[in-house]
Amino acid sequence: MKEDLVLPAQREQGAGADGEPLLQVSGLTKHFPVKGGFPIRRTVGQVQAVDGIDLTVHTGESFGLVGESGCGKSTTGRLITRLMEPTAGTITYRGRDISHASRKQLAPIRSEIQMIFQDPYSSLNPRQTVGKIISGPMEINDINPAGGREKRVRELLEIVGLNPEHFNRFPHEFSGGQRQRIGVARALALEPKLIVADEPVSALDVSIQAQVVNLLQKVQNDLGIAFLFIAHDLAVVRHFSQRVAVMYLGKIIEVGDRDSIYTRPRHPYTHALLSAVPEVSLTDEASGGRERIRLAGDVPSPISPPSGCRFRTRCWKAQDKCATEEPPLVRISGNHEGHLTACHFPEEPTIEAREEDIVLDPALAALEEPGPDAGAQG
Amino acid sequence: MSTPLLSVRDLHVSFKTEDGVVRAVDGLSFDLERGRTLGIVGESGSGKSVTNLTVLGLHNPMFTTVEGEILLDGRELTTARESELEKLRGNKVAMIFQDPLTALSPYYTVGRQIAEPYMKHNGASKKDAWERAVEMLGKVGIPNPRQRAKDYPHQFSGGMRQRAMIAMALVCDPDLLIADEPTTALDVTVQAQILDLLKDLQQEFGSGIIFITHDLGVIADMADDIMVMYAGGAVERGTTEEVLRSPQHPYTWGLLNSMPRLDSDPGAQLSPIPGTPPSLLNPPSGCRFHPRCTFQDRVAGTGRCTTERPAIGSGRASACHLSADQKRTIFIEEIKPRLG
Repeated sequence: MKEDLVLPAQREQGAGADGEPLLQVSGLTKHFPVKGGFPIRRTVGQVQAVDGIDLTVHTGESFGLVGESGCGKSTTGRLITRLMEPTAGTITYRGRDISHASRKQLAPIRSEIQMIFQDPYSSLNPRQTVGKIISGPMEINDINPAGGREKRVRELLEIVGLNPEHFNRFPHEFSGGQRQRIGVARALALEPKLIVADEPVSALDVSIQAQVVNLLQKVQNDLGIAFLFIAHDLAVVRHFSQRVAVMYLGKIIEVGDRDSIYTRPRHPYTHALLSAVPEVSLTDEASGGRERIRLAGDVPSPISPPSGCRFRTRCWKAQDKCATEEPPLVRISGNHEGHLTACHFPEEPTIEAREEDIVLDPALAALEEPGPDAGAQG
Repeated sequence: MSTPLLSVRDLHVSFKTEDGVVRAVDGLSFDLERGRTLGIVGESGSGKSVTNLTVLGLHNPMFTTVEGEILLDGRELTTARESELEKLRGNKVAMIFQDPLTALSPYYTVGRQIAEPYMKHNGASKKDAWERAVEMLGKVGIPNPRQRAKDYPHQFSGGMRQRAMIAMALVCDPDLLIADEPTTALDVTVQAQILDLLKDLQQEFGSGIIFITHDLGVIADMADDIMVMYAGGAVERGTTEEVLRSPQHPYTWGLLNSMPRLDSDPGAQLSPIPGTPPSLLNPPSGCRFHPRCTFQDRVAGTGRCTTERPAIGSGRASACHLSADQKRTIFIEEIKPRLG
């Protein structure tokens, strides 16, 4: 695909001073009721999908949100785009509280916050042409760009690296990567200030993934659009985001700039997550250097999350205090500016290999006990 | 040298579809030794899953044409009768699928599903088989296995289901284990557990493993040998060390270059492979990779890439018309610096 495209200048875009908060979220909470019982179905519990998170996205910045499935990262994205209404907490977009705004009040803001979805197959209407899909947002918002909507659609197709002549084709005529580009074009149609990208590349093949990541990066740099980049792939998030938040069971457990999170993580979960990423080592020296931590079991149910620190049931450092007292998300000693960690007993700020592996999984521990450790390459 | 556990020779698999004949696998050969792990990497549609379904005879014979040889322990499988294959499946050859929820039956308890192949193939009594199922569940790290064996798959979490699948696959102590993207549906921390578990269990059971994935990181972690597939054929093979440290095929270079890593420079642009994988209904002539290859103008002799399909030898080999010297210098001078 073309990499050296000239992007048309966007009107009064990205002019805001860097560092000014575009979006501010505080105490954001979403609980889903669990219904059960017969014959009268009543609420028997709450799935605490997102439970009191704070985050700030500045103008033109890319903010990454990582976590495993079920940690609430997608729900957070949907709350911020107000596709869902939060149970508690506030969402402030450019100084306006939109946490409970009505449909009517949201209308002007919706055009500024756009979304890119994970699955490029189900997020495009198969009965509409690409031109119709991309001009849809303009139609709804009654926007008539100079030169007409069709011209703008061609322009957008060109920006995302598709042939502008393809505007009257249907989605099924495109491959997965191309469909995702259509999704990006649709998100750009209204010149948004914030794009919430929910796992935008995880459905794509490796070679195509890189094309879309490059496109998003180009869009972000050239048009100055802020991104909330939600993904489970730590390497992709590191590549794309300047600041990163790590979520676990509905809470942000660590947040900081890219370097802090990836080279000086303090929360045990961040350590475990980083050490679990399988990596191709291309250096010639022996592939030591990275620590090896194997957690036991799966993430607990968000219907009845553990008391205190939510990670304590899988944490090797957990003590009594962790069960009774929830650690606040604060800057702990040894952290750089802006690096917050929610842990009572934080780890050393390093990802170097330890003296000993941490293997909490009972089956692995049992299998590995006799003889020297076989799989220390991590 | 003894005969390899599995030997695939010039395998061609094609499907008849409404749009024409899809050549899903086109001239593939490889060997797998006992106790070793062969990692097969490739993008979707490269033929990696089809190859392995064919090994197990799980293709639909109505619409599928299979040519070539698949020898398991010297026994030909492509012409074997269904009744013979049934004796092999779950016994000598077992498979772990990507999605454990759809691969497990929702109607039977996990314990019963694990016990079934053991009963069928070993003639064990129901009670012995149940005991064996409980033992296997314990081995794969299900806490409280005696109780959990009575549970249904929906009562297990994703990671536990995959563990149950592994228990089911290993219950008859198979010689060959085929794992088709076994961790793709799992979270990273659970994936790390499952990969370690498979490695440790392999040491105990000594099975040969074919590990299919699209994730080079997982392959680096799991495999002894790697085969890179593209559009129905192998493009590069060798030991894990050889393929990842000094790759020789432009497609492998492209894969490595397009992947962000935890230690790469975050500001740098990724270098994706241009274009998209070809349709197997109408694959490109000559080298299948040539429409996306940026090195074809360096091949000696004009137009070779578009007319002549490069052969791949056995052992350490790559299917490319570039000379061995060219491959080495291009990798060292142009590809390696970009990998950072």
